[in-house]
Amino acid sequence: MQVSLHPLIICEMIMEEVLRTENISKNFPGVKAVDNVSFSLMKGEILALIGENGAGKSTLSQILSGVYKPDEGQFLLEGALVVFFSPNDAIQQGISMVFQELSLVGSLSVAENLFANRQPTGKVGNIHWSVLYQQTHDFLQRFNLNLDPRQQVKYLSMGQQQILEILKAISTDPKVLILDEPSSSLTEAETTFLFENIRKLQQQGMSFIYITHKLSEVFQIADQVMVMRDGKYVSKRDVHEVTESDLVNMMVGREIRKLYGASGKPIQEEYFRVEGFTRDNFFTDILLNLKRGEIIGLAGLIGAGRTQIGRSIFGIDPHDSGRIFLNGKEIHISKPLSAIENGIAYLTEDRKGQGLFLSMSIRENIVAPSLRRFTARSGFLDSRRIDRFANEAVEQYSIATPSITKKLINLSGGNQQKCLIAMWMGINPKVIIFDEPTRGVDVGARAEIYQKLRDFAAAGTGVIMISSDLPELIGMCNRILVVHHGRISGEIDRADFTEERIMALSAGIQYKPNSNGKEN
Amino acid sequence: MANRGSLILRSLRRVAAFREFALIIVLIVMGIAMTFASPVFLDIGNLQAILLALSVEGTIAVGMMLLLISGGLDLSVGSTLWFTVVVTGLALQAGVTTFPSIILGLIAALSVGLINGLLVAKMKINPFITTLGMSITIRGLLLVIARGRAVLNLPASFTVIGQGSIFGFQYPTFVMIAIVIIGDVLMRNTRFFRQNYYIGGNEKAASLSGINVNFVKIANYCIVALLAGVAGLLITARFGSSSVTIGTGVELRVITATIIGGASLNGGEGSVFGAFLGALFMGVLANALNLLGVDTYWQNFITGMILIIAVMFDVINEKRKSQQK
Repeated sequence: MQVSLHPLIICEMIMEEVLRTENISKNFPGVKAVDNVSFSLMKGEILALIGENGAGKSTLSQILSGVYKPDEGQFLLEGALVVFFSPNDAIQQGISMVFQELSLVGSLSVAENLFANRQPTGKVGNIHWSVLYQQTHDFLQRFNLNLDPRQQVKYLSMGQQQILEILKAISTDPKVLILDEPSSSLTEAETTFLFENIRKLQQQGMSFIYITHKLSEVFQIADQVMVMRDGKYVSKRDVHEVTESDLVNMMVGREIRKLYGASGKPIQEEYFRVEGFTRDNFFTDILLNLKRGEIIGLAGLIGAGRTQIGRSIFGIDPHDSGRIFLNGKEIHISKPLSAIENGIAYLTEDRKGQGLFLSMSIRENIVAPSLRRFTARSGFLDSRRIDRFANEAVEQYSIATPSITKKLINLSGGNQQKCLIAMWMGINPKVIIFDEPTRGVDVGARAEIYQKLRDFAAAGTGVIMISSDLPELIGMCNRILVVHHGRISGEIDRADFTEERIMALSAGIQYKPNSNGKEN
Repeated sequence: MANRGSLILRSLRRVAAFREFALIIVLIVMGIAMTFASPVFLDIGNLQAILLALSVEGTIAVGMMLLLISGGLDLSVGSTLWFTVVVTGLALQAGVTTFPSIILGLIAALSVGLINGLLVAKMKINPFITTLGMSITIRGLLLVIARGRAVLNLPASFTVIGQGSIFGFQYPTFVMIAIVIIGDVLMRNTRFFRQNYYIGGNEKAASLSGINVNFVKIANYCIVALLAGVAGLLITARFGSSSVTIGTGVELRVITATIIGGASLNGGEGSVFGAFLGALFMGVLANALNLLGVDTYWQNFITGMILIIAVMFDVINEKRKSQQK
């Protein structure tokens, strides 16, 4: 279980190749998911693997971790040809992968999750509990993690669970560890913790393949970056030799000059206002005003209460006090239906779990919140009008699909997100609350979504964007409100946007610029 | 560093969150109340009767808990129970000696479990549908074979296993207690049985952790079927005969007991001891209602209410915890 500490200098280890793939291909019905990919990974190297959704990153990593067998090609681990028949096989031979979805069992302890099916046992298969707990304690100590090995996992936070998931893979002492978007549910502090430990393990000779959508992470953690597109290998470069826009261009194969589009000018007229908005234990005294045609951002750390504010405005969750005004008139929202009737749309961050009906068709999804519009007086649905509306939406939002009867589960993340937008535009909203508009969405679809948001704003709709993606907020918003521990800790105008300032406010620190004391 | 008082309080709260703890408290309270309400409650004869009465449900609940933890379900235990009894009964009547007859019956039970397991694990048919279909099929088949006749005239060498007693407690009680203890120890302490928690928690992840999911699932259906067979033989031996209605509704009573005992239909949670406490609770409740002279027809009503309240308690508990995060 122990990773032996080699007192080697990193540059010496870099010379040693740990993994090499040769012409790997994998076909699925109708699509070449991985097409003739060859690359190599050095010992102690952190390789970022990037590409749009559907570029083949996940399939490639699933081949390396034994989930799929390649149709063609082979790979060598430390110079020896290997074939994996199962993920367990891959783990045995030294390649572990942390999957995006959690694999933990809530009712079991930290120790049993960490050493799932590898508990130390006696002759008759009986588990040695004290050894297991001690082993877990020692293991956690190596990462300076203060968790009780006996604690049931369901009482840990999402971030802690994610960290545990990664540690579980590390505990198999792999030569190569594949991480698939590990930071997606981590807070800033947890991400830092993760990165520190990745570097520590790197120095001990572990190699990493780090799949991410966040380009900033590539520069923070990786030594090398490999880009894939349409299943093919595009390039592998030293991170010091490339810029963020180089990477974007390699990923999409065309230049996206203005990812965020041009910023429009809001009409100077207050339109939507939330004041004194409070839900005990979640958020307190939120003041938020939105001008016609304005895009404002809600920034903050995960768990700061941003999503809860959005949910309460929309009436999914209750609020304890506070008032909401639209066009100068107070409106009362007690449930989503009353929000919809007042023209407020809420697009959830969890599109698969809460936003869409994945097993239903595009057509049925798009009209879901506005069914009333398509119901004739007799009570029957007007299917001709629904078809026309759905077809128009598919075209207008450039949803890539052969037909409106296609089920959503078969669409890519980006196209699903476009469906979610199209769905809510059906109610002709006056205010759009959009939670994580581009999570799990590839760069191409991102640009289209940003343009749509710009169009809505230009047409006079107010947009509230809740996002953890700072470049996105900075690129899109007229104003950013930062939420910290359920309170607005600061408001920043477009002219003063910097990532540092937003981060400082998110962390609850009063940001003091070096020279001019603009911040109050 | 943390102060001692709060640590104790916290561990107490953690223990209190376990269903077993809550059930023990409830059972003690019920016991005390009944002692005052009825003079015969604490009578040794009455306690013997309670345990004997729940020995069928208690025995099968061990296997059902195993299944529920792994995310499965078996609605065919009642039919399996009867199937075992008929096979053993026919063998005995045909002149086969006791022990081989019992083995034949248990083989019949095992074959039902094996088919259930194969259909669920290999064919990936939903366990609810598989075992419901299996249940109806077996009961139908047996009605054809038995033609509505009961299994009668069982030899004394067979009936002794249900009627013999030590210190006034009949054998079925001891069998149940032994199975519960063995089941609980295995479930808590062996790697093989703990695999069920991983499978119920997240089947895909379990197989990625190197667990042979199909094998464990098939084993589970075999175990529960075997326990149903054992329970059937015990109850038949106890009465010396069995009617065609034997085992009807037993699956629902067993599932109720396991859920009251802390199982979740989503899998991944529960313990064998909890399942026993659930069965015990139902047994004590039925006994108490009898002693208090409550109409038997009310008993189902009350059991149903308690099932719903137990689950409600769970939901509220979970909600409170998720809000604390």
